[in-house]
Amino acid sequence: MQTMPKKYYVFFTLPTFIAFLISFFIPFLFGIYLSFTKFTTVTNSQWIGISNYIRAFSENRDFINAAIFTAKFALVSAVLINLFAFILALLLTQKIRATNIFRTIFFMPNLIGGIVLGYIWQLIINGILIKFGVDITYSANYGFWGLVVLMNWQMVGYMMIIYIAGLQSISPELFEAAKIDGANAWQILKGITIPLVMPAVTICTFLTVTNSFKLFDQNLALTAGAPAKKSAMLALDIFNTFYGRIGYEGVGQAKAVVFFLFVGLIVLLQLYISRRRELEA
Amino acid sequence: MNAKTKLQNNILFIVLLLTAILFLFPILIVLVNSFKGRFFISDTPFALPDAQTFVALKNYVSGVAKTGFFPAFGYSLFITVFSVAAIVLFTSMMAWCITRVKSKVSSLIYYLLVFSMIVPFQMVMFTMSKMANILRLDNPVGIIVIYLGFGAGLSVFIFSGFIKTVPREIEEAATIDGCNPIQTFFLIVIPILQPVFITVAILNTMWIWNDYLLPYLVIGSNYRTIPIAVQYLQGGYGSKDMGAMMAMLVLAIIPIVIFYLTCQKYIIKGVAAGAVKG
Repeated sequence: MQTMPKKYYVFFTLPTFIAFLISFFIPFLFGIYLSFTKFTTVTNSQWIGISNYIRAFSENRDFINAAIFTAKFALVSAVLINLFAFILALLLTQKIRATNIFRTIFFMPNLIGGIVLGYIWQLIINGILIKFGVDITYSANYGFWGLVVLMNWQMVGYMMIIYIAGLQSISPELFEAAKIDGANAWQILKGITIPLVMPAVTICTFLTVTNSFKLFDQNLALTAGAPAKKSAMLALDIFNTFYGRIGYEGVGQAKAVVFFLFVGLIVLLQLYISRRRELEA
Repeated sequence: MNAKTKLQNNILFIVLLLTAILFLFPILIVLVNSFKGRFFISDTPFALPDAQTFVALKNYVSGVAKTGFFPAFGYSLFITVFSVAAIVLFTSMMAWCITRVKSKVSSLIYYLLVFSMIVPFQMVMFTMSKMANILRLDNPVGIIVIYLGFGAGLSVFIFSGFIKTVPREIEEAATIDGCNPIQTFFLIVIPILQPVFITVAILNTMWIWNDYLLPYLVIGSNYRTIPIAVQYLQGGYGSKDMGAMMAMLVLAIIPIVIFYLTCQKYIIKGVAAGAVKG
């Protein structure tokens, strides 16, 4: 069916297309326009050029702080999540009892929403910190590591599933051949397992980095940026700029555009890396 | 060799067992604390309830009353079920159409949808919520349209990826037998797409059920879904009722655990399939 009468084409595509225009496409274009204007509602915008962008960076250091905090967080959590997920996947592909039950348990936190996760960990972390007479709002470092632990708890099981699929796709003959050739466990891991799960590593790195970059609910629930916005990540900083006080909507929208460009850059980088690897293979 | 492997596997089993306990520990702590008086939670969260601190279901009663948990559950359920139904139906229709009919319009639509996947929500949250407000979509029925628009990217992407692998001969045979495209799609294509329907439905269910910011901005001032109800308890700093909070966390987790345990097989498969494609 290379062609289709127009009325059928419209029938199949129109519902989703209209919803897409209303909820994403028009707001997206209008959002770019608004980032160059001063506005409080969408109907009273005045063109002011790039001054929102200048204010986003120069008025205070909130946005830059949030960007640094987010980048550090994305790096640390991506490394740790992938490390733990890979180890768990390795263990669960051995011949051990009850691996299915373990898999079920490790994956479960992934289904719990960010707000609920944030309050669960707030309770636990504050319960530990109170022994030292402080709580999570005392220092941005506590918030940072709190978020890292939370994110690990949420995403390790998810990444583990992808790694298990990757490990199971390796042909068992390779391992047998290596054993016959006298390779030890470490050599097998380094020479066979790790190179062959690299596609899964790319996917998982990308998923953890983008998810960490866009994190909002967990950040809002766990620390809400305390102390003094120092643990606010980019998404939360943008939200606070928009809805925190009147007169900053344009700055918030400008920050959102910059944030979008950041995320877009990461995605392009990821696409470039996986394309190159496909060409090599 | 055999004895050594056995020993090794037993050690690994114990390591996994301890990790599993560590994974369940946070949820258990919340569960335990939901039965303690509100002033005994923050300071000693790791203590079991005793005669002095045990309050039975008091936290649940006050939490449910304070947040309007049952209406929130109803809104969450309504929005999730109907949004997911709308997404699987309409995006599969679109995906089939633009994958089979190769044209400039089809590729334009496809690339626009894929593009929407990488745009962070903060980019459109303000303009989108204003738009929803102007078009009177700021209610539990209207928000379904918003979710259809936001879910379209990933869902069309997954459906298209699958449809490309399905040979078109069956559909062509149906056309020759006199089916129009609508009959072909509903009678022939939908049954073939069934496994992908499950994947797409699960991914969207997990997203919409747990979503906080979108419903907060679009309908939050009049209708609370479960995540909004939980966040609502936070209130001003210091005035938070920890007892009610614990009870609400437990009530928020229970439906997810039930859903997970009943469709576990599909969820794990669906999530893995979605990730590899995303």
